[in-house]
Amino acid sequence: MHDHDDHDDHDHHDNHFSEMQARVKALETVLTQKGLIDPAAIDAIVDTYETKIGPRNGARVVAKAWAEPDFADWLRKDATAAIASLGYTGRQGEHMRAVFNTAETHNLVVCTLCSCYPWSVLGLPPVWYKAPPYRSRAVIDPRGVLDEFGVTLPQGQKIRVWDSTAELRYIVIPERPDGTEDLDQEALADLVTRDSMIGTGLARSKGEGR
Amino acid sequence: MNGAQDLGGQHGMGPVAPETDEPYFHAEWEKRALGLTLSCGAFGAWNIDESRHARESLPPATYLSASYYEIWTRGLEILLKRHGFVSAAELAAGHMLEKGREPKRILTADMVAGVLAKGGPCDRPVPDGPRFAAGDRVRTKNFNPETHTRLPRYARAKQGIVEAVQGSFVFPDDNAHGKGENPQWVYTVVFDAGEIWGEGADPALTVSIDAWESYLERI
Repeated sequence: MHDHDDHDDHDHHDNHFSEMQARVKALETVLTQKGLIDPAAIDAIVDTYETKIGPRNGARVVAKAWAEPDFADWLRKDATAAIASLGYTGRQGEHMRAVFNTAETHNLVVCTLCSCYPWSVLGLPPVWYKAPPYRSRAVIDPRGVLDEFGVTLPQGQKIRVWDSTAELRYIVIPERPDGTEDLDQEALADLVTRDSMIGTGLARSKGEGR
Repeated sequence: MNGAQDLGGQHGMGPVAPETDEPYFHAEWEKRALGLTLSCGAFGAWNIDESRHARESLPPATYLSASYYEIWTRGLEILLKRHGFVSAAELAAGHMLEKGREPKRILTADMVAGVLAKGGPCDRPVPDGPRFAAGDRVRTKNFNPETHTRLPRYARAKQGIVEAVQGSFVFPDDNAHGKGENPQWVYTVVFDAGEIWGEGADPALTVSIDAWESYLERI
């Protein structure tokens, strides 16, 4: 049983939720009646980004860069072509740049002006990436932001923040964890988290749980 | 424009609050909002720069209190009305009242995979070579247009170093307003945090932006 306050709170959220639900429903209905959209196309778009294009693409790029120095060099020189060679192309990945973390420098990617994000390798961005707290603070207090992700960089490691103000889309290549020499690329890719490719995380250590 | 979208360096927005195992969508309407935005973009009636400007033109209080899919939805409504595809009365009624404009293209389900795989490259050739080279010292311009720009406020009138020439791309400040693509060279320009934030800045921090050539002056 809810008490009265809980009930009010619940209603408030329901009202907000139904307001957007109704607004989007109205828009889709008008556009469908006018023959301007195909609702099945919307289903296909959603299915693409729920099941086909996501951060496992980027993880395979990183694992290959760790395992194959020639591929890493290609990524440095022409990330768009190197990533396309794995079949990852298209919307919001047309002009890719790969930036490599080193012992000296940690890279962090943000879009302060909107929500630019490399969809072709990371899929749709998480809510926090598009929200004011991250977009406002990443460029002025990246260490404070990293702290909220549980990441503390070694003392003396520099931070480079990349604000995606144009049509270049950035993927961070995190440092390869120690003791992973015996792993194949599939096992290496399992160590690569989405956040490690934005720069708000690090690659997992071998044997570290998800 | 100096709108609510220009967030770099703002205070008081709260903690980042990353969500564990975050789902791609938090409600069914978010899925439809994504699909509608991409489907209507396929009409070919506006470009990505005009879309961004529609979103950043929302009243600041609305922009800052909305989720991103709500911002997209409100921006899409503006574009559909501006370009004559739907009317305000239709959006209020929730059904068709009149026949509107015909788009160049309607995205059908069979086209989706091809359209998403192709994307929308916006690199364009320009007749002249780049004015700046890696290593050049530059100052960003100081301006405050009410129109669209991709030079954030925190990076205006700041000295930095050109790190890379990234190619020539459609110029959003013009393209957002129907003034043509007018491509320009784009450079990655790096600033020390001290140049941007002054006193108390993190001495081990550098920040880069990608800047169109007309945003930059040689020092």
